[in-house]
Amino acid sequence: MLDKPWNNRAWFFVIPVLVFVLFSSIIPMMTVVNYSVQDTMGQNNFFWNGAAWFQNLLDPTTDIGGRFAAALVRNLIFSLVVLCIELPLGIAVAICIPRHGWRVGAALVLIALPLLIPWTVVGTIWQIFARQDIGLLGAALNSVGIHYNDTQDPTSAWATIVVMDVWHWTGMVALLAYAGLKAIPDAFYQAARIDGASRWSVFRNIELPKLQKVLVIAVLLRFMESFMIYTEPSVVTGGGPGEATSFLSLDLVKIALGQVDLGNAAAMSLVYNLITLSLCWIFFTVMTQLEQRKGS
Amino acid sequence: MAWMAWTWATAGFFAAIALMLIVMTLLAVYRPETPRRGILQFPTTRGDRLFVSLIGTAFIFILWIRITGGDNLWYPVVIAVLYSAAMFRFA
Repeated sequence: MLDKPWNNRAWFFVIPVLVFVLFSSIIPMMTVVNYSVQDTMGQNNFFWNGAAWFQNLLDPTTDIGGRFAAALVRNLIFSLVVLCIELPLGIAVAICIPRHGWRVGAALVLIALPLLIPWTVVGTIWQIFARQDIGLLGAALNSVGIHYNDTQDPTSAWATIVVMDVWHWTGMVALLAYAGLKAIPDAFYQAARIDGASRWSVFRNIELPKLQKVLVIAVLLRFMESFMIYTEPSVVTGGGPGEATSFLSLDLVKIALGQVDLGNAAAMSLVYNLITLSLCWIFFTVMTQLEQRKGS
Repeated sequence: MAWMAWTWATAGFFAAIALMLIVMTLLAVYRPETPRRGILQFPTTRGDRLFVSLIGTAFIFILWIRITGGDNLWYPVVIAVLYSAAMFRFA
């Protein structure tokens, strides 16, 4: 396959999409780049500021640099925690989903339900659910003596956000894993049965290797979405208490729209975007390489 | 256009990127290539190498500013040019 030259002319068909992307993303992005090297006093008067915003941002001793570093670490921890819970849980759920009969449909619909709810609504549901006075979760926990207050206690706020994300997105991992499991031919299970393999070794040696491809996709989707999470924590905790759940995009919006600090916000969004872009690229490359190595 | 707050430096930057993309497109049409496997251990095309160079350049500048404070930005320019040349030659 490697010795045949690629004919890339079909890419010209992508031009209409590029025009659309130009207006929705590239022109705004160019503006952000312009803002990131200038300062303004309002009235659309800009003056050159060189790399000062970036120097500010990347120096953790400054106010903005400290906030950025803290939000980045916080966001990476959140993504890691969410992945560590959702992946095993999603696989476990997928294994428990029935493979035949009417219960398949029922189970799949139930599991997919949280995925169909708009993000702001998910946030609102959990915001009310977590309240100590009227929320089922908050009131119940406090009445059995567990101190829980997501507006004042950082641990409670984190637990709420993590559990909410798990509730919202484990279904997607489960559906992907289920699709992967369904694609395993029965012959593999029959062979395992003849060999007298235990349930664990069937999982370890048949199901898990066969799931590799869908799991890479699941990791990619879940990581990117959790790394860019905005709506749900913004509705539930608003980034608080204090800065406890201020993830990158929440902090960015606070700086850009709350403080109208264009230069700092522009520098921050470019570095944030660069991190997202390179992680995306690494995941994508690993994914396509795995596929090609399997194919060859 | 005033709201976009253009400067000569950023306009030049985007013009250079656009020029690179045009050259890459023309090369892809008139000089089709085969991906090759280099030091990155996976097959790369010219476009991949350009992408790796640009992303790497951005990170070189970020790390430079992070580590030294970024008062002199000519050193990372030299590092980035050397890095990109290495990527195009060996990746």
